Amino acid sequence: MSYLARRLLTFPLVMLGVSILVFFAIRMIPGDAITAMLGTEAGLLTPAQRESLAAYFGIDQPILIQYWKWLIGVFQGNLGISVIHGKPVLSIILERFPLTLQLALMSMVVALAVGLPAGVFAATRNEKASDLIVRVLAMIGQSTPNFVVGLLIIYALSAGFGILPTMGEFTPFLTDPLRNLGQMILPAITLGFAFAASVTRISRSAMLDVLSDDYVRTARSKGVPKRSVIWRHALPNALIPVVTLSGVEFGYLLGGAVLVEQIYALPGLGRLVLEAILQRDYALVQGCVLFIAFNFLVVNLLVDLLYVTLDPRIRLGEGG
Amino acid sequence: MTSLLSVSNLRVGFGHDPAKNEIVKGVSFDLAAGETMAIVGESGSGKSVTALSINRLVDFGGGKIIGGSIKLTRVDGSVLDITEAKEPVLEKIRGSEIGMIFQEPMTSLNPVLSIGTQIEESFRLHRGLTGRQATAAAKDALDRVRIPDATRRLNYAPNQLSGGMLQRVMIATALACNPRLLIADEPTTALDVTVQAQIMALLGELKRETGMAMIFITHDIGLVAGIADQIMVMQAGQAVEQGALSEVLDRPQHPYTQHLLSAVPHFESGRAARADFSRKEKETPALDVDGLVVRFKVKGSMFSRAQGSVHAVENVGFDLMPGETLAIVGESGSGKSTTARAILGLVKPTRGRFATHKGSITDATDPATQMVFQNPYASLNPRLRIDSILAEPVIAAGGRVTNETREKMKALLKRVGLPEDSLERYPHQFSGGQRQRLCIARALMLNPSVVVLDEAVSALDVSVQAKVLELLVDLQKEYGLAYLFVSHDMAVVERIAHRIAVLYAGQIVEIGNAASVLSNPQHSYTKRLISAVPSIDRRNQHFEIDTRQVPSLVRPPGFEPPEAQWREFGPDHRARAEA
Repeated sequence: MSYLARRLLTFPLVMLGVSILVFFAIRMIPGDAITAMLGTEAGLLTPAQRESLAAYFGIDQPILIQYWKWLIGVFQGNLGISVIHGKPVLSIILERFPLTLQLALMSMVVALAVGLPAGVFAATRNEKASDLIVRVLAMIGQSTPNFVVGLLIIYALSAGFGILPTMGEFTPFLTDPLRNLGQMILPAITLGFAFAASVTRISRSAMLDVLSDDYVRTARSKGVPKRSVIWRHALPNALIPVVTLSGVEFGYLLGGAVLVEQIYALPGLGRLVLEAILQRDYALVQGCVLFIAFNFLVVNLLVDLLYVTLDPRIRLGEGG
Repeated sequence: MTSLLSVSNLRVGFGHDPAKNEIVKGVSFDLAAGETMAIVGESGSGKSVTALSINRLVDFGGGKIIGGSIKLTRVDGSVLDITEAKEPVLEKIRGSEIGMIFQEPMTSLNPVLSIGTQIEESFRLHRGLTGRQATAAAKDALDRVRIPDATRRLNYAPNQLSGGMLQRVMIATALACNPRLLIADEPTTALDVTVQAQIMALLGELKRETGMAMIFITHDIGLVAGIADQIMVMQAGQAVEQGALSEVLDRPQHPYTQHLLSAVPHFESGRAARADFSRKEKETPALDVDGLVVRFKVKGSMFSRAQGSVHAVENVGFDLMPGETLAIVGESGSGKSTTARAILGLVKPTRGRFATHKGSITDATDPATQMVFQNPYASLNPRLRIDSILAEPVIAAGGRVTNETREKMKALLKRVGLPEDSLERYPHQFSGGQRQRLCIARALMLNPSVVVLDEAVSALDVSVQAKVLELLVDLQKEYGLAYLFVSHDMAVVERIAHRIAVLYAGQIVEIGNAASVLSNPQHSYTKRLISAVPSIDRRNQHFEIDTRQVPSLVRPPGFEPPEAQWREFGPDHRARAEA
């Protein structure tokens, strides 16, 4: 229990650290927000107008005060107002987030559905031809950039089969599930491609380790059939590295996938962050990064929870 | 009566070309129902591979049966050649007709499944039991191996039980479906000697209860005396001698068997203790330890303070003269290794004072004390050449590697019996015994006065062990070294110790002259330890099953143990008074 308690306690500390980093890092970039916002028109502002704008966005105060106010706001669920969108940052993020979450989940499902069986299969066929094929495919999968995969998929479908991926205005899942899935499946496969390759590689090596463990030999000596040896005795012991990898990858995906969103014209978090950075929208960048870090930490916490359910040694503390 | 198992001319190979890499080279034997055969041999003799071939587990380790037959008479009377059986048939036989237990109980159970689940599995697979019935059967199986409080223990994860308990669980699992043959592959090697005695007693009782046959694999020829009906001695993949127990033990024919029997240190209750040293009055000890206490704080949860400490070493004191060997004996958790480490500065003592004749020891780089560790395979850096390994202590002590140092290396290598060209080689090019010689040479590089030997021969085969012990004795005489010899093996201790300190639960319970302690033990723990030593002479003697556990060493904060009361039993022999 103390393991999880420790993890829970470090959570707010890490968040605080992230908030400080984000807030001050973005202000170290030269240039000011009002110029960035208004472009050439900024030159037309009178100093008074400039000041009142600065006061409106709260950027006229000393930086520590700004940070403090921002932090108080964060606790109240107020991440500030986006300069470019003219809307509260949190509502913009929450608008974009469902798509990113859905994309990340779908990619992970694709990755685990393909990668785990492939890795386990390769491990049980160690050094045979089928193992080599899986390993080569995984290597290719891992080393192909996902925009290339995305473009190849679109090209293959349109040129080969005359099918075009469903494009156009993004439809949320709840509005029209079928249309939504039609829009999301290709991006999910694109993102899941490299992810699946990593899962394959890591589950293969973890399984190989576990399959030579003593308890697997014990299971065999009891007459446990091959299938149960693999899925019931070996796999649960091999899952920890797979869970770790999946957690980290999933955490990254929750931060948005800029290239894939761009290719499939999806309004996800990745493009939001990119726009915010290009337009120097302080509040939005801060809000997004904080939100992404928060998600990352939540995912890691969930991963830790999963460890605990997977392995009693972690739950009970290493005894003996 | 036909035999239960008939193995003839079995040949097993490994690797891509099994015929070229034969590990078992034509082994034959017959085993009748209810009979126990011991396979004895040193590492690499092919004894485990032979055993693993009988239930064809050898296939999963990269082995392949390339010749011969293994004929098993099944429950229905039909005879099956296991070498030709298909995997689905083998799965039916494993666990139901042939059970197996292994050397390492700590790693042989699945860490993520409860004890109960793992025992139940056998009943589910072979008996078709489900739900409550399977659970009830698992509980009965635990009762059968005398595990107290079985119902609660079913829900335990393996890491919540001790090694001895886990081996019982393994036995319970293997015997779940009453197999007619149990293969026991070094089942007690990883266990403490008193636990070993308990497991051996249990196996003996279960054998009588169930009438099963058993193949018992061991490197310890002393251990088989109490359990086997016949013995097969293996060397380099061949059975060099086989026959009835007494026949082989009393009238060994093959030179290797004779060698093995003479190399095994027989425990002789103190009669074989060394008598080549006597303490002189008023000599300065090479090492003087006084009131050594080592405690490790037990961490509390987030919000509470430390809940106490593990009293690993409690008020240990002794002195060690130049040229003398003090053996520290005890079981795992007794604090013997912690004592050794504290003396070397590898563990920070909570209290206590120790001094060499050169002064107080302050840290691990004190050249006056050096150490040789248990596992020669793990204690030499595989990436360093031998000359670098031998130079290491010199550099650590602030010296420089000069021509003189190199001369010293060469001389020492020669002295420990290694070829001179060893300096340019790497550790993997040496055998286990040679590596331990290297470790000894490394320890001697700085001319220490005290050498701490922590289970220094435990990982070696018996014949190698005997030679290394011989070397140690010679070096001791030559350089006047004082040895602190930490060991759990009473027979080895008898060969090398002048004095013995018995450690139990972090405290010395008995200390004194080796011959006196071993021949006339006074403390109940010392007696228990000595009676558990397996021996060829005490053939067919049965041990009482003793389930006593070592008391918990975790004490509340601020706890101080009461002052020890000692009773004297001769000029150099005293034991702690028991309540």
